[in-house]
Amino acid sequence: MLQLHNVHKTFNANSVNEKHALNGLNLHLNAGDFATVIGGNGAGKSTMLNAISGVWPIDQGQILIDGENVTKLPEYKRATYLGRVFQDPMLGTATNMEIQENLALALRRGKRRTLRWRITHQERDQYRELLKTLDLGLENRLTSKVGLLSGGQRQALTLLMATLTRPKLLLLDEHTAALDPKTAAKVLEISDRIIAENQLTALMVTQNLRDAIKHGNRLIMLKDGQIILDISGEEKKNLTVENLLAKFAVVAGEELANDRMLLS
Amino acid sequence: MLNIILGAISLGLLWAVMTMGVYITYRLLDIADLSVEGTLVTGAAMGAVWITGGGNPWIGTFMALLAGLLCGLVTGLLHTKLKIPALLSGILTMIALYSVNLRIMGKANITLLQVETVFSPIERLPFMQGLAEQGIITKNVAILLTGLLVVIIVSVFLYWFFGTELGSAIRATGNNQQMVRAQGVNTDTMILLGLMLSNGLVAMSGALIAQNQSYSDVQMGTGSIVIGLASVIIGEVLFGTKSFWRCLLSMSLGAITYRIIIALVLKAGMNANDLKLFTAITVAICLALPQFKAYWQTLKKSMQAPAKGGDGNAPTA
Repeated sequence: MLQLHNVHKTFNANSVNEKHALNGLNLHLNAGDFATVIGGNGAGKSTMLNAISGVWPIDQGQILIDGENVTKLPEYKRATYLGRVFQDPMLGTATNMEIQENLALALRRGKRRTLRWRITHQERDQYRELLKTLDLGLENRLTSKVGLLSGGQRQALTLLMATLTRPKLLLLDEHTAALDPKTAAKVLEISDRIIAENQLTALMVTQNLRDAIKHGNRLIMLKDGQIILDISGEEKKNLTVENLLAKFAVVAGEELANDRMLLS
Repeated sequence: MLNIILGAISLGLLWAVMTMGVYITYRLLDIADLSVEGTLVTGAAMGAVWITGGGNPWIGTFMALLAGLLCGLVTGLLHTKLKIPALLSGILTMIALYSVNLRIMGKANITLLQVETVFSPIERLPFMQGLAEQGIITKNVAILLTGLLVVIIVSVFLYWFFGTELGSAIRATGNNQQMVRAQGVNTDTMILLGLMLSNGLVAMSGALIAQNQSYSDVQMGTGSIVIGLASVIIGEVLFGTKSFWRCLLSMSLGAITYRIIIALVLKAGMNANDLKLFTAITVAICLALPQFKAYWQTLKKSMQAPAKGGDGNAPTA
């Protein structure tokens, strides 16, 4: 469903702040894969998602979504295939607009915006039903401004918007990091359910190892803009924090040894 | 006095069209678009040239609208395609339009006396004679009725347009561009459309104002953005923003209120040369209102509990 071939991205090239964020990244996601993505600060997790969504052009490499080469497509065109939820709850929704207006904007993802009325009666019923599944009491607040919602409610709404028209790929960029633990658990639970119900292909970046292990059928670890661990199947199911840390030590240890050799 | 108020209301209605244009950029798109200072004149110039050339004044006003759309397009392209900050793009268009406006008019001003304007047919209506006999200036009544008609048409159009899929995408762009792109909408196009519509309305307003004051002048746009902002803010503060209908209504009422205030301070004896200073100070105060409010609240709090704070934090060392 998603293929990244040798993707490179350097920020602030030819300056003292030069940063090789992605270094020949290769990734192949099968349809229905739900991969969690972990890695330290600056490992390239968010950069990878931004590269896929086309926030900026990549320097080198290819990005294919469902077999189609989207490397050259601008962000708004790729949006047709992608559902996105951001770390900042403010980023996923339009604050001064109603809940139903936000959903209506999302329902038309990938379609031309016409001079038809922005929202229909049938849609409203559909939204009410979907909001009910969130169990946050939003189904009775269709005309409330999104700015009145809490962070957790906004993330849940963004999640709904991202999956309102079935995306080929769902990108979750630390979407629970800004929430309190209880709300984060709730939003994760909703994410799990929506992904399972719609059999979505998904990438979820997280800082929380436990979440990375608990969710999804695949775990990817990034370091210095490359994938250093890719665990799936039975191995993923039996993963614990301890043996994940051990695996990390092995991979990181080798890296360390390499660095030492370079220095000597 | 009645005539002064009537004159203020009718002029306010013509400026209301301009105010709605400013509202689109300032509130919906979250851009302070200075190009309107030039566009207002472009509209006035287009209208004046068309009308003195013997053209139909309504078509002339419509031509002004088209010219305004074009001006908005220029600002929009500077901003979205050449990535020049919005404020600067507006200033560039404004300055460029000064020359363009002189070219359109061929001189610094055109008088519109003794010509047919959009107000003339209404002024000739039979009941006007009766009003004139009672000492009411019939031209003001004609402007009032015409202005009302235009404001209603523009308001209904804007309510419809910003209720469509396209209009709602433009509103969302002013809220959160990142989200709008993630929903597959080209935000550059939305900004372009918003700026065009805004400047179109401002130019149309300019053509109407020129017909009202019976001349078009290359300087008439100076300070118009501040007048527009003043009207937007006065409208919002006094008449509310509960729904989009309410906002549109507030814009018209804000523009009228501004004109009444100006008429009253002039009547009270203020030097007309000080008007712009007065307007600027009014806008500054209105924009600073939230700050004043917050300051007032902290002040009130600290007045209420000074003793408690002093005791609790008394130094022990």
